[in-house]
Amino acid sequence: MARRTIASRAWWPDVVTALGLFVAPYVLPALGFSPDTMSRILIFGLFGIGFDLLFGFTGMLSFGQSAFFGTGGFAAAYLLTQTGMTSVILALVIGTVVAAIVGVGVGLIALRRTGIYFAMITVAIAEVFYFLDMSPLSAFTGGENGLPGVPSPTFYLGFATIHIEAGWSMYAFLAVCFLIGMVLARRIIASPVGLVLVAIRDNQLRAAAVGHHVDRYKLLVFTIAAAYAGMAGGLLGVLQSYMPPDAFAFDTSGQLVMQTVIGGLGTLFGPLVGAAVWLYLRDFLQSTLALGAAWKLALGIVFVLLVCFLRRGIIGGFADLAGYFRSRGSSAAPDGEREPESAGMAPTSAGAAAVGEPVPEPAEPIEHGDPILRTENISKRYGGLLANDSIDFTVREGELRGIIGPNGAGKSTFFKMLTCEVAPSSGRILFHDQDITGFGVTRVAQLGLTKSYQVNQLFNRLTVRDNLAIAAAAERRGPFRMDLLRSVRRVDGLQARVDETLGLVNLAHRADALVSELAYGEKRRLEIGLALATAPSLLLLDEPLAGMSPQERVETIRLLRSIRKGRTMVVIDHDMDAIFNLAERITVLQEGRVLVEGTPQEIRDNTAVQEAYLGGMEEA
Amino acid sequence: MLTWANLVSQMFNGLVLGALLALISSGLTIIYGTLGVLNLAHGALFMLGGYAGWLTFDYTGSYIAAVAGGALFVLLVGIVIERGIIRFFYDRPHEDQILVTFGIGIVIVELVRLSFGSLSLSVTPPSLISGITNLGFVIYPTYRLAVVAIVAVALLALYLVLYRTRLGMIVRAGIEDAGMVDALGINVYRVFMVVFGIGAMAAGFAGIVNAPVAPITPDVGTEILVQTFVVVVIGGVGSFPGAILGGLIAGEILSLTSMINPAYSQVMLFAVMTLVLVVSPHGLLGVRGRQ
Repeated sequence: MARRTIASRAWWPDVVTALGLFVAPYVLPALGFSPDTMSRILIFGLFGIGFDLLFGFTGMLSFGQSAFFGTGGFAAAYLLTQTGMTSVILALVIGTVVAAIVGVGVGLIALRRTGIYFAMITVAIAEVFYFLDMSPLSAFTGGENGLPGVPSPTFYLGFATIHIEAGWSMYAFLAVCFLIGMVLARRIIASPVGLVLVAIRDNQLRAAAVGHHVDRYKLLVFTIAAAYAGMAGGLLGVLQSYMPPDAFAFDTSGQLVMQTVIGGLGTLFGPLVGAAVWLYLRDFLQSTLALGAAWKLALGIVFVLLVCFLRRGIIGGFADLAGYFRSRGSSAAPDGEREPESAGMAPTSAGAAAVGEPVPEPAEPIEHGDPILRTENISKRYGGLLANDSIDFTVREGELRGIIGPNGAGKSTFFKMLTCEVAPSSGRILFHDQDITGFGVTRVAQLGLTKSYQVNQLFNRLTVRDNLAIAAAAERRGPFRMDLLRSVRRVDGLQARVDETLGLVNLAHRADALVSELAYGEKRRLEIGLALATAPSLLLLDEPLAGMSPQERVETIRLLRSIRKGRTMVVIDHDMDAIFNLAERITVLQEGRVLVEGTPQEIRDNTAVQEAYLGGMEEA
Repeated sequence: MLTWANLVSQMFNGLVLGALLALISSGLTIIYGTLGVLNLAHGALFMLGGYAGWLTFDYTGSYIAAVAGGALFVLLVGIVIERGIIRFFYDRPHEDQILVTFGIGIVIVELVRLSFGSLSLSVTPPSLISGITNLGFVIYPTYRLAVVAIVAVALLALYLVLYRTRLGMIVRAGIEDAGMVDALGINVYRVFMVVFGIGAMAAGFAGIVNAPVAPITPDVGTEILVQTFVVVVIGGVGSFPGAILGGLIAGEILSLTSMINPAYSQVMLFAVMTLVLVVSPHGLLGVRGRQ
């Protein structure tokens, strides 16, 4: 996948696209492309933009896009041929809207599950649309005959009337439609919504945990993809003067998937390139080489080979090749995928990055203030195992609490209940005196309670800066917002929050590195940074020192001290020295219950604690 | 006409279709359950079984040889596909696995189309199980009754292999945690190869058994694949009993609703799938927590 930074909203690709579409009619016919073929390429390219947003950027593989292609196409064709509507543009827009509405309905069902379930359900749903079209709705769709006689648009410009006809004027009309679709899609990708979409692709769990309402974003992108499909379907009817029933066929969805993968996923231009290859091969193999039906076999083999060896398609292949030659020139770039950095965010000044600078939000610490988090008698039962048994626990504002306990004491289960990852079997959890039991991670994160994970949960294919922007965006924008056309850079306070957090976790010098390029200690710091960027009023840290080298451990303890100011924190760790050093109060868990609670000194002197650790070792 | 005899014979039709769907879906579901791969080439393998069986039938004239030939050929093809391609995809995302099996399916379909053309072919069963049988309350084609029996035997065999053999024990352990089985010193990846072969064979076997009921065409697999998806979604992905239950439910829904209005039978099937998804998102017999 192409390397991205937030705010990659450069204008030049739009201009290049427009120029390319303008020049194509003077170049491609020499290679054997007819205006009709080029028009079809544009339609499938437009269809594919929506699909690429869905699959390439959000990671949701749908084999059911034909349902929306057909719906939009037949809605527009029906209006134009059966109702006497004369405005082609209006009919296309209505078709697009109808497809989007159907997309919401289908999405509500299909999005109940993820991964392979999602793929299977979309296949099944699309098949139903095919059957609906063929028979129960044949009075509207013409059944097997389709709808002939779809008119072409006419534009009155005041001084002249332009009538679109088959040939180059049709190409020009479709090129304008494609360009609009492409410009919109590029805006969406550069918007905060686009950032959340790639976050969902890379790590859905963490996207939800920092406070994004993942299900709604998925429904949104599913609907957008349906709208693109609906528009493309309508244009197919206009191009052919006929709306064919096989728009609804499974083959249409399959063709879309194959073309997008052949061209290159996550590039927006992939489907256009894939469609060009597809239609060119079809015409070339069929007519020139007289291979007849073998063209589809050849494409199938090409497709399998690409999935096996060149997962990023033709565009990705060229990008890799270009990167290879570039990196041969400068040995400094270890990553072959590196692309020229498009105008990124302003680099952080080294001064602001220094540790100990003013921290974001939560103001001055209120030592031992009011209770911020309280659990009342919470228990968690897994089958016959009582992992947590009636725990009463209170953290006060400004406090830094440590939780220790032997392995199997129920620490992780307890943490998961606090962040609402798992619901307690009984009891309640109160955060700022609000009962949050059963709220779920996203809502709790929005309230200002979040945790850093024991095992890193990062957005691995993105840069450090984008990782933090994803987390910060959740707090700045709330759980869900449709600011599709706003640049990420324009989100109020987001950039400042990202820069501040980069400084706090001492990663300012690595801001533009991909997560996959980071050392383990740096990833651990970013893990904490993701939690910090949501400006939590209560921060839970699940074994922040796990697996660290002595040097990294020292740095991280220093980091925890520095972020401690103005925050309420609860830390679990096995590193007793570190906890005794850091925490003001310590809670000791044993066998699912609170054994004792007190200051580090009290805990150190407590005989029950000594027994729990030493005795446990003797028994083992 | 809604008559008693009509209803019973439609229920039998549903049983035949349901049994076939159960067998095909079992193949799909044990492959997914064990390997974690959703095999979109499954419909193509069903179709391939029909063609391989037809070719055997054409040479030998024997129905038994045709069934054996069809099933064994697809078993072989399944093993070749697993060794040649699928095994390189175990560590790749589900979406890549779906894409590559989708591509393999297209290659198989187009190869068959190129070799045999698009004309439909058929196989005639031996005289012992052809003709019609009077069951007293309804007169029904004998072969269709035989299909139910043949599929039942195949499912029983599959059950015995999965639940009564050492291989089956490894497979069921592999469904829980393939990495752990590997760590125990069992070559779980060789088991994967066998499972993919068996799963493919289930589809191919169903393909040739179905050949006397419905004509064989290169595109026959696509529709079956979609119905198979619905079956496993209803029954629960990865669940062998779920595939059988889902298959029978789907078969009856398709047959009985087509009696009222054939056009709506697919839509009804989908409606039931939606209902199951809403009420029990993991399917009727699915395991919670498995995606």
